Amino acid sequence: MSNVFAAAAEKWNKSRQASKDHKAQVENALKNKEIRLVDLSFIERNRMSQGYLLALKIKKVAIIVARFVLFFGLSFLILQPILSKISMSFMAEKDLYDSTVINIPAHFTLDNYRVVSELMAYGKCLGGSLFYSAFLAVLQVAVCTLVGYGFARFEFPFKKFWFFCVILTIIIPPQTISSALYLHFNYFDILGLIKLITGHTVNLRGSALPYILMSGFCMGLKNGVYIFMTRQYFRNVPRAMEEAAYVDGSGTLRTFVQVLLPDAKPIITSCFLFAFVWQWTDAYYSKLFLGNADLLSTSLSGLGDRFNQYMQREHGVIGVGTGYTSAIISTGTLMVIVPLIILYLFEQRGFTESLAGTSVKM
Amino acid sequence: MNKKHRHLSMRTRKAIAGYLFIAPFIIGFIAFLAKPLIDSLWTSFCKVTFDNATNSFSKNFIGLANYKQAFNLDPKFRQLLTEEISTMVIRAISVLVFSFFISLLLNAKFKGRALVRAIFFLPVIVSSGVIVGIETNNQLLSQVADQMKEANTFSSISGTIEKILTTAISGGIGSSVLSTLFEVIDGIYDVAIASGIQIIIFISGLQTISASVYEAADIEGCTTWEKLWKVTFPMISSLLLVNVVYTIVDYCMMRSDSELMTKIKTEYVVNMNYGFSSAMSWIFFVCVGAIVALVTFIISKWVYYYE
Repeated sequence: MSNVFAAAAEKWNKSRQASKDHKAQVENALKNKEIRLVDLSFIERNRMSQGYLLALKIKKVAIIVARFVLFFGLSFLILQPILSKISMSFMAEKDLYDSTVINIPAHFTLDNYRVVSELMAYGKCLGGSLFYSAFLAVLQVAVCTLVGYGFARFEFPFKKFWFFCVILTIIIPPQTISSALYLHFNYFDILGLIKLITGHTVNLRGSALPYILMSGFCMGLKNGVYIFMTRQYFRNVPRAMEEAAYVDGSGTLRTFVQVLLPDAKPIITSCFLFAFVWQWTDAYYSKLFLGNADLLSTSLSGLGDRFNQYMQREHGVIGVGTGYTSAIISTGTLMVIVPLIILYLFEQRGFTESLAGTSVKM
Repeated sequence: MNKKHRHLSMRTRKAIAGYLFIAPFIIGFIAFLAKPLIDSLWTSFCKVTFDNATNSFSKNFIGLANYKQAFNLDPKFRQLLTEEISTMVIRAISVLVFSFFISLLLNAKFKGRALVRAIFFLPVIVSSGVIVGIETNNQLLSQVADQMKEANTFSSISGTIEKILTTAISGGIGSSVLSTLFEVIDGIYDVAIASGIQIIIFISGLQTISASVYEAADIEGCTTWEKLWKVTFPMISSLLLVNVVYTIVDYCMMRSDSELMTKIKTEYVVNMNYGFSSAMSWIFFVCVGAIVALVTFIISKWVYYYE
């Protein structure tokens, strides 16, 4: 027994001696510039750094692995609803209730898309959504840019008060005033003038006019945010350009349009994209004011009930299974967000880049 | 240029130009916000009755009765309000913490960073407005979802851990803290999809910090941990304010289907109880406003502006 130990100890000592010799050899070679440090193997360098290199390497790899796991998990968390919607949208009804079918449809079908596009009047609604979102976004951003510039560059009495009002429009939940607005537009009147002329107030509800008016006067969806963003941007632009323009005799508006606007393209693009996207998905204001227009968002919100009616009418099925209904709703949701995702893929920079300059200082 | 114009000083002219620029906002504010706002404030002090004969509403001033009803008589309002506000506060804090640390991680260089950033920002595009809660809008589906959640709590790993921990620490402050924590973790998806813009804002703030500050800190012998709290955090503290306000506002906008909002809406649409409904929404609004003001006050006290 002791023999074995002795042999092992001797072997150990020998190898230590060998490594010591080797170390001395390497150090000598390094000193005499026969080899360079980078030519050494990792193990050798680690030995010379007394284990520091290995620890560093382990730390580095651990960080990379941990980061990968974290981001993979979170990205999956964010994408999972979309992915599962995609897989559900291609499933036939029996796949939905088959517990052996997970994610990959056994009976691949495009029927869901056909039914949904019929129920939502997809073509018509797509056109409507495109038109309204683009039109309202252009209008809102144009006006908000003007206002933002006004807040950024001019000194006038009650400026603080009006800016407080901008913040107020951001933080008031639309629900607080929606009821009053509802009545406001039901019995619309401008300072009693219309009543004076025609004898009665105008009912503007049901037409798109109230919302266009609101958008034109900075009261649309999240317009306070766009004012805030453009104001932050213009505050950071150096004044020299404008002053040069003023000296050359350019007027205020002309200076704004010809000197400042061309450089403000990123922030305007970004505001436009946000306005477009939020208008596209908004159902609250749309339902309240654009009830008659064919919009994807409003037609999506009633899709489930409409599907049940459709099944009853066409196939005589009463009480469609929840799985099927949810597959239909998923398909509908996908069809609504696909144009947005395409937009995002092409304009990703436009969305994120100019947010950078907006938040410097309250 | 006529004579009258020449007499105006540069300053006055600038002021007029400024007012002209913000005129659309002023008009819009007065016409579409101030009026409805005052209307609804006034309504909240009134009893509104609908007169079928003349097809019009009449408002009788009844003082604080609606508010008293909300606080003292209504069985659910106080509970819903505290629930709504406490979830809002918890959500705001968790979104801030989450987006702060994610932005720190996303600011470092690594492969696939652009992709991860794109994914984290995606919910801003696709999870807004009608898309949020489209599944729970359908009553049947939300029931199924609730049942599945119930079933999952007892079969998953996290459910088991939760059970063990709650049994281990029962009673006292510990368990309530723990249950809040579990709520946050359960709602990590909601937190992640609500953090898109905040992450971008934090990242943009991180990128404005000049490398020389970090170099100076290195020379002084700061560890990475110290640099985080002594350099990074103060330098982007001004963005905290923007993000807090944004988070709270976004939360209020997004949660149009919360129980409190549903209650307000039902009182309004179904029960035609306009005064009471207005009073409730005003109480909620004042609470939110007070929180925003308080947070703004506290944060702006110690925010550090580097200039």
